[in-house]
Amino acid sequence: MSLILDHVTLAPPGGARLFAPLDVTIAPGEVLCVTGPSGIGKSSLIALIGGFLPCGFRAEGRVLLNGVDLAGQPPEARRIGLLLQEAPLFPHLSVGDNLAFALSPRVKGRAARRAAIEEALEQAALPGFAGRDPATLSGGQRLRVSLMRALLAEPAALLLDEPFSRLDPPLRAEFRAFVLGHLVARAIPALIVSHDAEDAATATRCCALAPPAPSG
Amino acid sequence: MVLVAALMLVLIGLPVLAGLGVMLAQAWGQGWPDLPGLAVGLRLTLVTGVGATLLSLAVSIPLARWLWARGAARGWLAPFLAVPHAALGLGLAFLLAPSGWLVRLLSPWATGWNLPPQLVTVGDPWGVTLILGLLLKEAPFLILVTLVAAANLPVARIMAEGRSLGYRPGQVWLRLIWPQLYPSLRLPLFIVLAFSLSVVDMALLLGPSHPPTLAVQILRLFTAPDPALQGPAAMLSLLLLGVMAGAIGLWIGAERVLAALARRWLRRGVRGGWRLDAAPVLAVSGVALGAGAAGVLLLWSLATRWHFPAALPEGLSMAAWRAARWVAPAAETLLIGAAVILVALLLALIWLEAEDRSGRRLRLGAFIVLPLLVPQIGFLQGLAAGFLHLGLPPGRIAVIWAELLFVFPYVLLALAGPWRALDPQQVIAAASLGAGPWRRLWRIKLPLLAGPLATAAAIGFAVSAAQFLAVLLPGAGRVQVLATEAVALASGADRRLSALHGLLLAALPLIGYAAALWLPLWLWRDRAAMKGSA
Repeated sequence: MSLILDHVTLAPPGGARLFAPLDVTIAPGEVLCVTGPSGIGKSSLIALIGGFLPCGFRAEGRVLLNGVDLAGQPPEARRIGLLLQEAPLFPHLSVGDNLAFALSPRVKGRAARRAAIEEALEQAALPGFAGRDPATLSGGQRLRVSLMRALLAEPAALLLDEPFSRLDPPLRAEFRAFVLGHLVARAIPALIVSHDAEDAATATRCCALAPPAPSG
Repeated sequence: MVLVAALMLVLIGLPVLAGLGVMLAQAWGQGWPDLPGLAVGLRLTLVTGVGATLLSLAVSIPLARWLWARGAARGWLAPFLAVPHAALGLGLAFLLAPSGWLVRLLSPWATGWNLPPQLVTVGDPWGVTLILGLLLKEAPFLILVTLVAAANLPVARIMAEGRSLGYRPGQVWLRLIWPQLYPSLRLPLFIVLAFSLSVVDMALLLGPSHPPTLAVQILRLFTAPDPALQGPAAMLSLLLLGVMAGAIGLWIGAERVLAALARRWLRRGVRGGWRLDAAPVLAVSGVALGAGAAGVLLLWSLATRWHFPAALPEGLSMAAWRAARWVAPAAETLLIGAAVILVALLLALIWLEAEDRSGRRLRLGAFIVLPLLVPQIGFLQGLAAGFLHLGLPPGRIAVIWAELLFVFPYVLLALAGPWRALDPQQVIAAASLGAGPWRRLWRIKLPLLAGPLATAAAIGFAVSAAQFLAVLLPGAGRVQVLATEAVALASGADRRLSALHGLLLAALPLIGYAAALWLPLWLWRDRAAMKGSA
């Protein structure tokens, strides 16, 4: 149950490699923080692992999840959850329906599904929010729902793209602890890209993306 | 992707090419038809077609600037866009004729007329009324296209920069902003030019009849009982195609000359000129004419008796409405419209979703707009003949297919912008939650695009309801919709019936637009972030 990046690098359309090949294994429950200056390709790395790299990007190396090479698999088949910068919720669905959209179809029956969603909302300290319009949520509330939504889909790994950068600094520590706590509890590998030193400090491990070697 | 491209080519591209092919075949070997009034008809076609296009463009420039700063006033564009040419033409005829409402309102107290004056207004030999009718329909279209293009430009910033250099807003618009928008206006302008050169319904209602424009002459030949006239008709269609190609060629040439002249004028840095802003006057006259046309249709549809100099009918009654002759054509219009927008929306969804899944653009844009750029009269007659060869008899199905050619480009264009502007993060988020492409389409994309889908359907219905030749020719007279009935009744004796059909023809697309505005508001009444998506 681990996420392995095997000499992974990528290049934009018609461009040179963005960073030196990354070679790292993320164990279950481990949180790897990938840092690097802006423009080096942190978000593109997330897109590569998630399977939604824009057309024309060239990827090198292999991404393995639980020993399976993800190359060629569509994003919906990868079981990789995402927590994006803005933590966007589907604007046309209520908070509860956002979660229901993610909840595995294996949870059957209306009552059981409703209970699972209510439980997730309680874990997010948002009990009774199921009927709310996502547009009425604060940034922090949206982030918590977004994490719960990702976790309800039972991902085998989670990717986080600067998830705390839009929050006010006093809130950041609180949400960082909230998110990391859930990750450790689920025992899934997680990769977080950030240029926040605090994020790096709380992660279990850190690595920096380096510019590619001149010869590469 | 290849399959999708093939589907579009067979359904949209093939009929156009087949129609043009049949037209060429019919014209083959035909000598120059020796018809009285041909030269006059050709001159009329050029004067009305090119004149209406140039005037529409000229008034669209100040009006677009004026409306750009007045978001609320833009709502006035919608009725002009929605109302079919035939309905507006009929209304204008009732308004502007020597015995029309305008003269009635002024008589006899201001004019002294107790009988309709011996003037020729509607159907004047120069085509002035026809140009006015086209102007009222085409200028709003060009204004809308200008405003849509302006949304992609930092208009406010350019305006501030230009004004800080001492130019007035209108001058900044004409010198700095409009030239940047012009590339987006070219295709719509060619569509307006092609339409104005070959318009039939409005030309029948407002244009001269002895002799009429080329397109009307062609229709008369095609629908004549003598089959020997088919050849000359096809020959004239070819001539019209040549006129159109020549006009577009001349336009492109004129663009270059004017651009060079305009640059010289720009370099001189002239800031003077008259301060009068024509936009409010133009806007008010346009709205007054439109409202007058609608009002006179309503009054005539309810009038019991309405003798000449009276400003209003003697009495009102629902007799014409109760006679219910309008029910069948109205139902036919709705039925055909529903079928056409259903197919057009489905094709547009297939097109856009195929692009998303393959990650490539379908490069068939030129094919799709082809029906809007060739003379309708020629290729629709060819198409009807082609359908017959394929075993598709004239009738409802043939009409639906023919209308699809004109409806699909507008539906696709209306949907493509919002579709491509959809936040990709939402789709990525859904995929990361395990939703496959179908679930993403049904649960995320289509609901998020409910507003644009409703708008595209309303536009599609308006285009469908406005089709005249696409019903008349492939339907071979067996399919009667409001547009064909309104034009047919216009030359009849019963003004009430005629006005009633025109009014209904105008009202149905307007109701469609209103429903398209209301649907997303109702659907998303509890979703704050979805309010702006209509």
